[in-house]
Amino acid sequence: MIQTLFGSVEQEPSLLERLKSGVAKTRAGLVSRLEETLAGRKEIDADLLDELEYTLISADIGVRTTTEILERIRQRVDRHLVGDAAELRGLIEEHLLEILEASDHAPPLVKEPPAVVLVVGVNGAGKTTTIGKLAQRYKAEGRGVLLCAADTFRAAAIDQLEVWGQRTGVEVIRQKPGADPSAVLFDALHSARARKVDYVIVDTAGRLQTKANLMAELEKMRRTAGRVVPGAPHEVLLVLDAVTGQNGLEQARKFTESSGVTGLVLAKLDGTAKGGIVVAIARELNLPIRYIGIGEQVGDLLPFDAAKYIQSIFEP
Amino acid sequence: MFENLSDKLQRIFKNLRGEGRLSAANMEAALREIRVALLEADVNFRVVKQLIENVKVKAMGEEVLAALSPTQQVVKIVHEELIKILGSHQSKLRFSNDPPSVMLIVGLQGSGKTTSTGKLARWLSRNSHAPMMVSVDVYRPAAREQLRVVAKEVGLPVYTGTEQETRPLDLARSARREAANSGRDVLLVDTAGRLHIDEDLMVELQELKEQFSPVEILFVADAMTGQDAVKSAEEFHKRLNITGVILTKMDGDARGGAALSIRHVTGQPLKFVGIGEKLDALEPFHPDRAASRILGMGDMLSFIEKAEEAIDKKQAVEMQRKLIENEFTLEDFRDQIRQLRKLGPLESMLSMMPKVGMLKDLKNVKVDEQEMTRVVAIIDSMTPRERANHLIINGQRRRRIAKGSGTTVQEVNQLLKQYGEARKVMKSLSQGMMGKKLGKFKLPFM
Repeated sequence: MIQTLFGSVEQEPSLLERLKSGVAKTRAGLVSRLEETLAGRKEIDADLLDELEYTLISADIGVRTTTEILERIRQRVDRHLVGDAAELRGLIEEHLLEILEASDHAPPLVKEPPAVVLVVGVNGAGKTTTIGKLAQRYKAEGRGVLLCAADTFRAAAIDQLEVWGQRTGVEVIRQKPGADPSAVLFDALHSARARKVDYVIVDTAGRLQTKANLMAELEKMRRTAGRVVPGAPHEVLLVLDAVTGQNGLEQARKFTESSGVTGLVLAKLDGTAKGGIVVAIARELNLPIRYIGIGEQVGDLLPFDAAKYIQSIFEP
Repeated sequence: MFENLSDKLQRIFKNLRGEGRLSAANMEAALREIRVALLEADVNFRVVKQLIENVKVKAMGEEVLAALSPTQQVVKIVHEELIKILGSHQSKLRFSNDPPSVMLIVGLQGSGKTTSTGKLARWLSRNSHAPMMVSVDVYRPAAREQLRVVAKEVGLPVYTGTEQETRPLDLARSARREAANSGRDVLLVDTAGRLHIDEDLMVELQELKEQFSPVEILFVADAMTGQDAVKSAEEFHKRLNITGVILTKMDGDARGGAALSIRHVTGQPLKFVGIGEKLDALEPFHPDRAASRILGMGDMLSFIEKAEEAIDKKQAVEMQRKLIENEFTLEDFRDQIRQLRKLGPLESMLSMMPKVGMLKDLKNVKVDEQEMTRVVAIIDSMTPRERANHLIINGQRRRRIAKGSGTTVQEVNQLLKQYGEARKVMKSLSQGMMGKKLGKFKLPFM
């Protein structure tokens, strides 16, 4: 079951199948690094723990979380609670799952449409592409969708969203490049009310979290949304590029401060990067991961599945 | 968020005084901290491992120099090792003897290729080249349009092609002809973002390389990239033999350890860094500065360099004299603010400062750029006489100034009050009461 802003819909083709078909090209023939390490070994020794550490750090999970997990394992090994190397993977998975599930809360239900979804993130994270795919999802649920082109800064950002609008058959509310993003948002929300659509998805300009003035602009957009539609924005999605390293945590922190992030989208997960920083984000900021992006096609946005995601960390 | 490596080492070495050498025992804790610092900066795990080995060998048994504390000494060794990997000097672009020199801009999606292409074009034209640009990204919606807008902004030619030209190779070929015909000496080819495991698109890049023998293949990498940086860089290098790297989004607060990883696996130099959204925000890469940043030690050199550029020495001396003799007028006040602003956004300035010691609180300082603009506007709206002697500014004058600067009388009052306080502080400073009142003193834009 997938949680949406208006309730639940049925699950669709398996994530792993899609993921695998997407990246099978070059991964064929590789076995799990961990399985390789574990093969033919019974003893848990320093080398093995090193290798585990490498796997976790390589996935960008971060030193802190990794150290914590390994510490847990060491304790159990010392107390002879784990005798067998094969049990280790289970232990780690369990721990990661605990972290991700603790932060997993469904989006609030919106009683009176339009539901306003604000999409934020740093430059080049994949916001516009995510919005195109999100529009497609909502439409497939039979909902009326409107896109708001509030990235008035980056060259051709509006045109890019326009193309996605055409692809998905969704109208885009736009103004001229350089217009005030809040003004575009204001327009879009009024149009959404007049047309009685269910969802307004708002594209914002990419911004580095260190730029105080640009972060303040997001605060303003929030206020504007709330004035036109009480309770809006109902969902604020932070899009993170899966290749992002430890800076991702700082991104999540600052964007949450200014725009009240309610969930994450992990984009570009079809490469070799694992995006493990979301584990640290889930742990420290209690933010759920809503979707993952696994390609450039309109259907390449899938609901996040914690258990499957954790499995993918251990795959090459 | 991150504690500075020096601070951490300082603690470790606190009890070290009296010991003459760095030994295995006292080094172990230090090395652990160095390792964590590097991993938090996103330096690749394998690279970290090797670095730590090198540091260990170098540091072991080394005499503790009189001039340096053990902390400084270890940091110095790590710093040197980092620079060794990053390359000890900045490297230049190559050009072909048979123009136009073709340069391919490649990288993952969203790394900043198009923006970097525009910045590089501007940089080239400012360094007496005549670049032309072309986008061969026929996949992402509005990608070619984006480069067209960027080109317009930098005022340099872009080959846009015809409706029929939808194949990257065709586009590049026509663009090269066009560049040759119009006497451009460099052709920058902005390619589509792609995953390094996307076979078809990687083959496309190899074809572009074969057909156009580019003199430079620049790999654009995001400074925020984590551990995966080695994989993508390695694959791009294996397929294309990249000739250099452009590191983007360095104006954020990422430590940029990816630079180290990429350099380590490709052996190719970092040539430029992107430091802002404006199209002139591209700088040659400085290994020493990058090394300091990876260690969380700020970028003092860049700061000093910028400050030197912006601040006129003669003016500074004159200002000092005025301060001492209490002749500091509103006009001087405005000049100071203007000079400060020439340094660029204050936030990015502050981010270059090391967050240590008494400067630690600086990272929490929020600078209100608008407030500064307002202050300058208010002073601009005064008459020269008013600027020279603020005491003559009565109620009527205040109303006029507020109207002229688009502010309120309250804001004018506030500025005058702050200026008055600033003068008082300066007076007491020049009389030798160093710093006592500084705590209360607040610049209007802080």
